[in-house]
Amino acid sequence: MSPVRALGRCVLRSWLLIAAWAVGAVVVLAVLLLPVGLGLLLLPASAARLRALSDRARVWARPVREPPPLNPDRNLTRRRQAGAIIGAESFWRDLVWAAIEPAVGGALVALPQSLVLFGVFGAFVQPFIWRAIDDGNWYAFIPVNSTPTMLAALALGLAFIAAGLRLAEPALRLHGRWTRLLLAAPRSAQLARRVEQLTGTRTDALDAQAAELRRIERDLHDGAQARLIALGMTLDNATRLLDTDPEAARGLLLDVRATSSRALADLRDLVHGIHPPVLADRGLVDAVRSLALDSFLDVEVRADLEGRLPAPLESAAYFAVSEALANAAKHSGGRNVTVAMTHDGEILRVTVTDDGHGGAALDGGTGLSGVRRRLGTFDGTLVLQSPPGGPTTVTMEIPCASSSPKTSSC
Amino acid sequence: MRVVLAEDLFLLRDGLVRTLREHGCEVIAVDNGPALHRALAEEAPDVAVVDVRLPPTFTDEGLQAALAARKARPGLPVLVLSQYVDQLYAQELLGGGEGAVGYLLKDRVTDTAQFIDAVRRVAAGGTVMDPQVIAKLLSRGDARGTIGGLTARERDVLELMAEGRSNAAIAAALHVSESAVAKHTAGIFTKLGIGASEDDNRRVLAVLAYLRH
Repeated sequence: MSPVRALGRCVLRSWLLIAAWAVGAVVVLAVLLLPVGLGLLLLPASAARLRALSDRARVWARPVREPPPLNPDRNLTRRRQAGAIIGAESFWRDLVWAAIEPAVGGALVALPQSLVLFGVFGAFVQPFIWRAIDDGNWYAFIPVNSTPTMLAALALGLAFIAAGLRLAEPALRLHGRWTRLLLAAPRSAQLARRVEQLTGTRTDALDAQAAELRRIERDLHDGAQARLIALGMTLDNATRLLDTDPEAARGLLLDVRATSSRALADLRDLVHGIHPPVLADRGLVDAVRSLALDSFLDVEVRADLEGRLPAPLESAAYFAVSEALANAAKHSGGRNVTVAMTHDGEILRVTVTDDGHGGAALDGGTGLSGVRRRLGTFDGTLVLQSPPGGPTTVTMEIPCASSSPKTSSC
Repeated sequence: MRVVLAEDLFLLRDGLVRTLREHGCEVIAVDNGPALHRALAEEAPDVAVVDVRLPPTFTDEGLQAALAARKARPGLPVLVLSQYVDQLYAQELLGGGEGAVGYLLKDRVTDTAQFIDAVRRVAAGGTVMDPQVIAKLLSRGDARGTIGGLTARERDVLELMAEGRSNAAIAAALHVSESAVAKHTAGIFTKLGIGASEDDNRRVLAVLAYLRH
């Protein structure tokens, strides 16, 4: 980073912490006013504003994990909203930050700025004003009252500017560390949040698995099993008719053949729904190509993947693409779809873009929210961009490390 | 007729060997991928009947062997059998454009007469596609409006034609005269804008290419 840029950032941070201090004061006021009710009105808005500022600081100090945003449910009563805010550990962290930051962090980022300002005064202002001022005109430790002392002051001023610029970057770095110290959630809180998230996605995964098993059981029961029973009964009838009415027996045997084919078809559909054979045979890219051939739309598949990915990941990505393509065919009104798949060693990124009329929503019963839940098990994300008028893009990202360590060779 | 047969399930292999022998074929049966590679290269079969999934990988070993053998010997007749049909595999088999391929669900072997007929047609350079492959292509054509102008009867004829049946076979299946089928096929070719061909196999390939587009 260039020193001038670093200095510019120091200035920005100063403004931020001044704002933080002011908003922090309003928040304190709101807390104090809670007993008289006025605070109930003031607190949610001011706390949210403070969070916006602290989040900005978090972004600047980069490696800090952001706590969940303070957005208590709007349907709650004001009292409960205030309660939720007061009860949030991160709210108090923000407040402590707003109180201490102007003093400590402020001094840190102010140092290079003050040096530069003071240097500018010495180097570019003193040379013009020293004649007009009588005795007692000092620049730092130099009494500026003659040309030589003026030149000394000029040199010193330039040195201050250089020192300020030189210090800007270390000061920024130090300030970043300080911000992390103040604003990062403690490790235990981070872990607690992770546990909460994992518990949620695990519940989703278990529910999905149970539902899947129920579906398989039902399909087998109503499909193949029922057909095999019918088959046995027809065979029994055919056996009895074999001597008395060979012609009827023959007809029944033909029925048996038809029923057995239908039983096979049922099983085939079932297997395809569990794990499509082409996915097992060829992996994700060819399986998606197969989906593309089955789709009623013109689907172009662009893939930049080498080798096979871990099986659970392939399966999740396959069903996600399948759902996105089905949605595009059903709702988009478009004609062309592009599926792009890339993998950078850590994240599998899949985008499905159609040229339809857009306006799709995740809660519109599109099945995409189910996909999102399913990807959640892998710490994966699904983002839907669908402005009115199109195009619609579904972007899915699945980190590879999240799948089973046994198979994560990606 | 010399047939190389690759099927890993003993019961099915045994049944197929018996059926093929009953119909006068000489059968060389293998039960895994590497053996199939060797048999295709060394036995100079008139036709290969191959299960897609074979040991040792239990993926699409059989299909890969068949495709490799056709690359080495273009036009080598191959009938691929599978528990399921996939449009991607159909596309790969048809890809060379020279015909002499078949792609059928394993269920179809339960109708011996049809199965033997399929083997003979593929061996003779014809194309045989499973009704399920064609049904999917047709429903895609319906949804895309590419075959909208056809009458119901023409659609039936198109379906059977795409499966690789001859006019005589289509006539028998639909219980109409051969000349009626010829009239329908002429109508189909005009409506879809496909150049008509006297050669049965070319005709099938043209129809499939149209539907796959």
